[in-house]
Amino acid sequence: MPFESLSEKIQFSLRKLTGRGKVNEKDIEDAMREIRVSLLEADVNYKIVKEFINEVKVLALGEKVMKSLTPGDQVVKIVYDELVKLMGDEAVPLNLKKAGMSVVLVVGLQGSGKTTHVGKLANYLRKNNKLKPLMIAADIYRPAAINQLVTIGKQLDIAVFQMGILTKPQTIVKKGLEYAKDNGYNLVLIDTAGRLAIDEALMQELVEIKEIARPDEILLTVDAMTGQDAVNVAQTFHEKLNITGCLLTKLDSDTRGGAALSIRYMTKIPIKFTGLGEKMDEIDVFHPDRMAKRILGMGDVLTFIEKAQETFDEEQAMKMAKKMQAGRFTYNDFLDQIKKIKKMGSLKGLLALIPGIGSQIKNLNIDEKRFVYIEAIIGSMTKEERNNPDLINKSHSRKSRIANGSGRSYQEINALTKQFEEMRTQMKALMNMDEEQMEKISKGQASMPNMPAPKVKKGKGKNKGGFRF
Amino acid sequence: MGLFDLFKKKKKDEKMRKYELGMKKTRQGLMGKLKAILSGYESINEDLFDDLTDAFIMADIGVETTLDFIDALKEDERVKGINSVSELQPIIVDKMFELYLKGEIVNNNLNIQKEGLSVFLFVGVNGVGKTTTIAKIAYRLKKEGKRVLLAAGDTFRAGAVDQLEIWAQKVGVDIVIKKGATDPSSVIFEALQKAKKEHYDVLLCDTAGRLQNKVNLMKELEKMNRVIAREVENAPHETLLIIDATTGQNGLSQAEAFMEVTNITGVILTKLDGTSKGGIVLAIRDKYNLPIKMIGLGEKMEDLEYFDLEDYIGGLFIGDEEE
Repeated sequence: MPFESLSEKIQFSLRKLTGRGKVNEKDIEDAMREIRVSLLEADVNYKIVKEFINEVKVLALGEKVMKSLTPGDQVVKIVYDELVKLMGDEAVPLNLKKAGMSVVLVVGLQGSGKTTHVGKLANYLRKNNKLKPLMIAADIYRPAAINQLVTIGKQLDIAVFQMGILTKPQTIVKKGLEYAKDNGYNLVLIDTAGRLAIDEALMQELVEIKEIARPDEILLTVDAMTGQDAVNVAQTFHEKLNITGCLLTKLDSDTRGGAALSIRYMTKIPIKFTGLGEKMDEIDVFHPDRMAKRILGMGDVLTFIEKAQETFDEEQAMKMAKKMQAGRFTYNDFLDQIKKIKKMGSLKGLLALIPGIGSQIKNLNIDEKRFVYIEAIIGSMTKEERNNPDLINKSHSRKSRIANGSGRSYQEINALTKQFEEMRTQMKALMNMDEEQMEKISKGQASMPNMPAPKVKKGKGKNKGGFRF
Repeated sequence: MGLFDLFKKKKKDEKMRKYELGMKKTRQGLMGKLKAILSGYESINEDLFDDLTDAFIMADIGVETTLDFIDALKEDERVKGINSVSELQPIIVDKMFELYLKGEIVNNNLNIQKEGLSVFLFVGVNGVGKTTTIAKIAYRLKKEGKRVLLAAGDTFRAGAVDQLEIWAQKVGVDIVIKKGATDPSSVIFEALQKAKKEHYDVLLCDTAGRLQNKVNLMKELEKMNRVIAREVENAPHETLLIIDATTGQNGLSQAEAFMEVTNITGVILTKLDGTSKGGIVLAIRDKYNLPIKMIGLGEKMEDLEYFDLEDYIGGLFIGDEEE
């Protein structure tokens, strides 16, 4: 089972302890061995793994665990607490000036995602910190790197300062900063060329850029898929530049991301942001505690809620809830929902944040294109049809017309209308439930109304029930 | 005489020097490590094996592969009755060769057709160096007298097409670009038509970086592969998976997923001029039987070499005594 996530692995090794009553020293030893292999497979640096295991073991062998009636839960809690400790106790914000112009320098190895994340970060800070950003294109080495930043700038409508590839990066940065001051920008992000930490000449260039720019924040982008060398890379960059934060990219891959733990633990550089996709809004603040929960398969509820809050305002939500309750949910409402969900990011990425779902959707294929088809189908309905779904249900000619209009098959129209009806019924049932029933569903003890009970996967341990504390 | 002894006598040619430049840090790191481990023990014991395990893990040679390797080493030690640490070193190196070769003669030549068009497809996750590698291969093939055409199939990433176009100019080869295209298959299709009609020898197809867990993007790649297979017999003649030397255990997941949608014929290991060892390719070979065809050692178009197992393992574990 080589590709289980770290959370699944740890879950598996700890599940053996959970709910079994008293444990002995050997049980703990066995669990530790599994956690060790699991962490190594997660690319956590081998030195850290040793220390981590030793710390957890000492704590786990303590009297509290051994005498506890729920020793498994205790060990889980210890592992969780230690993981949080390992990654830093709380989220560390960016160093930005309260007033005046802040400068962020972004550095890293080739292909770690600097240019993309300069764009994402500029976009994020414009939106959340209400800053006016300028991006400086100082990568004169990689062919078309400047074009890439310019294209991103156009997409986001964020200004890019560039002087082509014939000017020294130091000069570009100097002129760029002057330009920013003269034109009232209060946030400058500098994109630099990817370089090896051992490339003396190029590292010297960064040292000089740092002197010129006096950045408030020097972010090192690190690919979440990096192996054991992550620590060396971070350390070397840190020695030369005094890195103030890490930006962990490509975390939307199926990597277990042990590099994050390693860097934080060995260099004490806080991880400040995570990149979660190729879209310009797929960036998030790094929360160590949430990450630890995610690693343990407890889901990242807070991120989910925050994302949801960003897109749905409360008043709208109440209106929607009332409609659902009355069974008056229309195709227009449906379309609205789809658009909002799409705004929140990829559906799979979103689902992965929900506790208990993360490990289950790993192999689930969500065809995001289906949304596009549904939008096309609804787009081909008349106003009346959208507001009164019953019109379509029994009319063959209406369905045919919609099929022709949307370019989808008649069967697809049928499937959608059927699904929509089921959804309406479900919503009505769901909204009219009392609190006790709701509680049961959220705990997974009852199934959703009109939905088959979740299938229990048969097999060795994996996915056989959950654990909680 | 073990393979280990061969190394000391091997005359260093141009290629070896390049490896040395590129992997100097690597070699110092690991050889220093291996030597330090072995010299720290007077007899073979469990702690020694633990230390060896750590050294392998540190080089990103997969956990499972490492554990299997160490088990086999222990078995050897028992069966052959080895009892001195000095005897262990050549055995480790020999077993490393065995791990990769598995008794086969591994062919790492690029599969170029004697007659007609050869089509190569380059795949991998984001930021591993696909576009740069294509430029390097184009440069090498052009030098060998081949007529090379590039297909700018990364229609997604901002600036990707421009990047390949600049490389095409630098190297002096032709390129097919479809401005404003969003479906990479259509670019590849157009390039295939041009390559066939105008009798190019080799068509190199660039693709957008894609994470192997993105279903839609993997389907898109499957389609490109299908288009190539339909248009040219037995094509693609090479489908090369590009792996970044800094990649950790995720490399295995990459190999598995890309093998599912395309017929991967080999691996190109890039960025080996850094401090990373790229040991995950040994695990990829071990688990999925994929040969490593070439290695990237820098940003210039000359910085690409055919993979040489002796040099690679030399870089991983063996250094000059005086260093």
